[in-house]
Amino acid sequence: MPIISPGNADQVRSYFAQHLQDPVTIRLFTRSRSLLVIPGQRECETCEETEELLREVAALSPSLTLTVHDLRTDPGAGVPYGIEPDLVPAIRLEGKQRGAVRYFGIPAGYEFATLIQDLADVSRGATSLGTDTIAELGALSADVHIRVFVTPT
Amino acid sequence: MAVESARVTADVIEANEFPELSARFQVSGVPKIIINDRIELLGAQREARFIEAVRQAVAGAPAEGQSS
Repeated sequence: MPIISPGNADQVRSYFAQHLQDPVTIRLFTRSRSLLVIPGQRECETCEETEELLREVAALSPSLTLTVHDLRTDPGAGVPYGIEPDLVPAIRLEGKQRGAVRYFGIPAGYEFATLIQDLADVSRGATSLGTDTIAELGALSADVHIRVFVTPT
Repeated sequence: MAVESARVTADVIEANEFPELSARFQVSGVPKIIINDRIELLGAQREARFIEAVRQAVAGAPAEGQSS
Protein backbone atom coordinates (compact mmCIF):
# COMPACT_ATOMS: atom_id res chain seq x y z
CA MET A 1 0.00 0.00 0.00
CA PRO A 2 1.46 3.39 -0.95
CA ILE A 3 2.33 5.86 1.78
CA ILE A 4 1.03 8.86 -0.17
CA SER A 5 -2.72 8.61 -0.80
CA PRO A 6 -3.87 8.80 -4.45
CA GLY A 7 -5.53 12.14 -3.82
CA ASN A 8 -2.42 13.66 -2.27
CA ALA A 9 -0.26 12.16 -5.01
CA ASP A 10 -2.40 13.90 -7.63
CA GLN A 11 -2.06 17.22 -5.79
CA VAL A 12 1.69 16.88 -5.43
CA ARG A 13 2.08 15.78 -9.05
CA SER A 14 0.15 18.83 -10.18
CA TYR A 15 2.20 21.12 -7.90
CA PHE A 16 5.42 19.71 -9.28
CA ALA A 17 4.20 20.16 -12.85
CA GLN A 18 3.67 23.85 -12.13
CA HIS A 19 6.63 24.60 -9.89
CA LEU A 20 9.50 22.24 -10.60
CA GLN A 21 11.73 23.96 -13.10
CA ASP A 22 15.11 22.25 -13.23
CA PRO A 23 16.21 18.79 -12.05
CA VAL A 24 16.62 18.01 -8.38
CA THR A 25 18.41 15.06 -6.84
CA ILE A 26 17.01 13.74 -3.60
CA ARG A 27 20.03 12.11 -1.96
CA LEU A 28 19.07 9.72 0.82
CA PHE A 29 21.48 8.30 3.37
CA THR A 30 19.95 5.28 5.02
CA ARG A 31 20.98 2.18 6.95
CA SER A 32 19.27 -1.05 6.10
CA ARG A 33 18.56 -3.53 8.86
CA SER A 34 21.36 -5.87 9.82
CA LEU A 35 20.87 -9.59 10.25
CA LEU A 36 23.15 -9.35 13.28
CA VAL A 37 22.57 -7.39 16.45
CA ILE A 38 25.50 -5.00 16.78
CA PRO A 39 26.01 -3.75 20.34
CA GLY A 40 25.87 0.00 20.58
CA GLN A 41 24.28 0.48 17.19
CA ARG A 42 20.65 1.41 17.09
CA GLU A 43 18.53 0.18 14.22
CA CYS A 44 17.15 2.94 12.08
CA GLU A 45 13.42 2.71 12.74
CA THR A 46 12.28 5.02 9.95
CA CYS A 47 14.85 4.38 7.22
CA GLU A 48 12.78 1.89 5.28
CA GLU A 49 9.65 4.01 5.39
CA THR A 50 11.60 7.14 4.48
CA GLU A 51 13.05 5.46 1.41
CA GLU A 52 9.62 4.29 0.32
CA LEU A 53 8.16 7.75 0.85
CA LEU A 54 10.92 9.39 -1.19
CA ARG A 55 10.54 6.82 -3.99
CA GLU A 56 6.89 7.77 -4.20
CA VAL A 57 7.74 11.49 -4.19
CA ALA A 58 10.39 11.09 -6.89
CA ALA A 59 7.92 9.20 -9.05
CA LEU A 60 5.63 12.23 -9.12
CA SER A 61 7.91 14.26 -11.39
CA PRO A 62 10.39 13.46 -14.15
CA SER A 63 12.53 16.28 -12.76
CA LEU A 64 13.25 14.35 -9.57
CA THR A 65 15.88 11.66 -9.09
CA LEU A 66 16.30 9.64 -5.92
CA THR A 67 19.80 8.45 -5.08
CA VAL A 68 20.17 6.11 -2.10
CA HIS A 69 23.31 5.46 -0.08
CA ASP A 70 23.10 2.56 2.39
CA LEU A 71 25.59 3.25 5.15
CA ARG A 72 25.43 -0.36 6.29
CA THR A 73 27.00 -1.59 3.03
CA ASP A 74 28.96 1.59 2.30
CA PRO A 75 29.83 3.17 5.67
CA GLY A 76 31.90 5.98 4.20
CA ALA A 77 29.29 7.17 1.74
CA GLY A 78 28.17 10.04 3.95
CA VAL A 79 31.63 11.48 4.54
CA PRO A 80 31.90 13.61 1.39
CA TYR A 81 28.49 15.06 2.22
CA GLY A 82 29.09 15.75 5.90
CA ILE A 83 26.55 13.16 6.98
CA GLU A 84 27.29 11.47 10.30
CA PRO A 85 26.64 7.71 10.26
CA ASP A 86 24.23 7.76 13.23
CA LEU A 87 22.08 10.57 11.87
CA VAL A 88 20.00 8.56 9.44
CA PRO A 89 17.77 8.75 7.58
CA ALA A 90 19.37 11.89 6.19
CA ILE A 91 18.20 13.63 3.03
CA ARG A 92 19.99 16.23 0.94
CA LEU A 93 18.21 18.20 -1.75
CA GLU A 94 20.54 19.04 -4.63
CA GLY A 95 19.67 21.36 -7.46
CA LYS A 96 20.11 25.10 -7.84
CA GLN A 97 20.35 25.85 -4.13
CA ARG A 98 23.49 27.68 -3.09
CA GLY A 99 23.84 26.22 0.40
CA ALA A 100 22.89 22.89 1.94
CA VAL A 101 19.29 21.84 2.48
CA ARG A 102 19.00 18.71 4.62
CA TYR A 103 16.38 16.70 6.44
CA PHE A 104 17.07 14.25 9.26
CA GLY A 105 14.34 11.76 10.05
CA ILE A 106 11.24 10.95 8.06
CA PRO A 107 9.64 14.09 6.57
CA ALA A 108 6.12 13.17 7.67
CA GLY A 109 3.11 15.20 8.67
CA TYR A 110 3.60 18.94 8.32
CA GLU A 111 7.19 18.44 7.21
CA PHE A 112 6.00 16.64 4.10
CA ALA A 113 4.53 19.90 2.82
CA THR A 114 7.77 21.66 3.70
CA LEU A 115 9.73 19.06 1.74
CA ILE A 116 7.52 19.51 -1.31
CA GLN A 117 7.94 23.27 -1.23
CA ASP A 118 11.67 22.98 -0.65
CA LEU A 119 11.96 20.77 -3.71
CA ALA A 120 10.37 23.52 -5.77
CA ASP A 121 12.64 26.19 -4.26
CA VAL A 122 15.75 24.08 -4.84
CA SER A 123 14.65 23.43 -8.40
CA ARG A 124 14.32 27.15 -9.11
CA GLY A 125 17.21 28.26 -6.91
CA ALA A 126 14.85 30.89 -5.54
CA THR A 127 12.55 31.42 -2.57
CA SER A 128 9.86 33.87 -1.49
CA LEU A 129 12.19 35.65 0.95
CA GLY A 130 12.31 39.45 0.74
CA THR A 131 14.90 41.15 -1.45
CA ASP A 132 16.66 42.73 1.55
CA THR A 133 16.93 39.35 3.24
CA ILE A 134 18.27 37.75 0.08
CA ALA A 135 20.85 40.50 -0.31
CA GLU A 136 21.97 40.09 3.29
CA LEU A 137 22.22 36.33 2.91
CA GLY A 138 24.34 36.81 -0.18
CA ALA A 139 26.78 38.97 1.79
CA LEU A 140 27.23 36.82 4.90
CA SER A 141 30.76 36.99 6.29
CA ALA A 142 30.65 33.64 8.09
CA ASP A 143 29.04 30.25 7.75
CA VAL A 144 25.63 29.79 9.28
CA HIS A 145 24.30 26.44 10.45
CA ILE A 146 20.56 26.49 11.11
CA ARG A 147 18.99 23.52 12.88
CA VAL A 148 15.21 23.38 13.08
CA PHE A 149 13.83 20.75 15.43
CA VAL A 150 10.33 19.59 14.53
CA THR A 151 7.87 16.78 15.17
CA PRO A 152 5.55 15.19 12.60
CA THR A 153 2.30 16.41 14.17
CA MET B 1 17.83 30.64 3.49
CA ALA B 2 20.12 27.82 2.42
CA VAL B 3 18.62 28.04 -1.06
CA GLU B 4 19.72 31.67 -1.29
CA SER B 5 23.17 31.51 0.32
CA ALA B 6 26.20 29.26 -0.11
CA ARG B 7 27.12 30.12 3.49
CA VAL B 8 24.01 28.55 4.94
CA THR B 9 23.35 24.95 5.92
CA ALA B 10 19.74 24.37 6.93
CA ASP B 11 18.76 21.17 8.73
CA VAL B 12 15.25 20.04 9.55
CA ILE B 13 15.54 17.49 12.35
CA GLU B 14 12.74 15.23 13.55
CA ALA B 15 13.27 15.56 17.30
CA ASN B 16 11.74 12.24 18.36
CA GLU B 17 14.05 10.24 16.10
CA PHE B 18 17.24 11.80 17.44
CA PRO B 19 16.85 12.04 21.21
CA GLU B 20 20.54 12.59 21.94
CA LEU B 21 20.73 15.52 19.54
CA SER B 22 17.47 16.90 20.92
CA ALA B 23 18.80 16.59 24.46
CA ARG B 24 22.05 18.30 23.50
CA PHE B 25 20.08 21.35 22.44
CA GLN B 26 17.49 20.99 25.21
CA VAL B 27 14.58 20.65 22.83
CA SER B 28 11.38 20.52 24.85
CA GLY B 29 9.04 22.26 22.42
CA VAL B 30 8.96 22.56 18.66
CA PRO B 31 9.75 24.15 16.41
CA LYS B 32 13.02 25.05 18.07
CA ILE B 33 15.64 26.76 15.96
CA ILE B 34 19.32 26.69 16.82
CA ILE B 35 21.73 28.86 14.83
CA ASN B 36 25.46 28.18 15.03
CA ASP B 37 24.96 26.16 18.20
CA ARG B 38 24.19 29.25 20.30
CA ILE B 39 21.32 31.45 19.08
CA GLU B 40 17.99 29.89 20.01
CA LEU B 41 14.48 30.69 18.81
CA LEU B 42 11.35 28.91 19.92
CA GLY B 43 8.25 28.74 17.78
CA ALA B 44 7.53 29.89 14.25
CA GLN B 45 9.38 33.08 13.42
CA ARG B 46 8.75 36.01 11.13
CA GLU B 47 11.38 36.57 8.47
CA ALA B 48 12.66 39.76 10.13
CA ARG B 49 13.26 38.00 13.46
CA PHE B 50 14.93 35.09 11.72
CA ILE B 51 17.39 37.23 9.77
CA GLU B 52 18.12 39.20 12.94
CA ALA B 53 19.05 35.92 14.64
CA VAL B 54 21.31 35.07 11.70
CA ARG B 55 22.95 38.48 12.08
CA GLN B 56 23.59 37.79 15.77
CA ALA B 57 25.07 34.40 14.97
CA VAL B 58 27.41 35.86 12.36
CA ALA B 59 28.39 38.75 14.64
CA GLY B 60 29.52 36.23 17.21
CA ALA B 61 31.51 34.15 14.75
CA PRO B 62 35.31 34.47 14.57
CA ALA B 63 36.58 36.48 11.64
CA GLU B 64 37.85 34.53 8.65
CA GLY B 65 41.30 33.10 9.33
CA GLN B 66 41.04 33.48 13.09
CA SER B 67 40.23 30.83 15.66
CA SER B 68 37.68 31.43 18.41
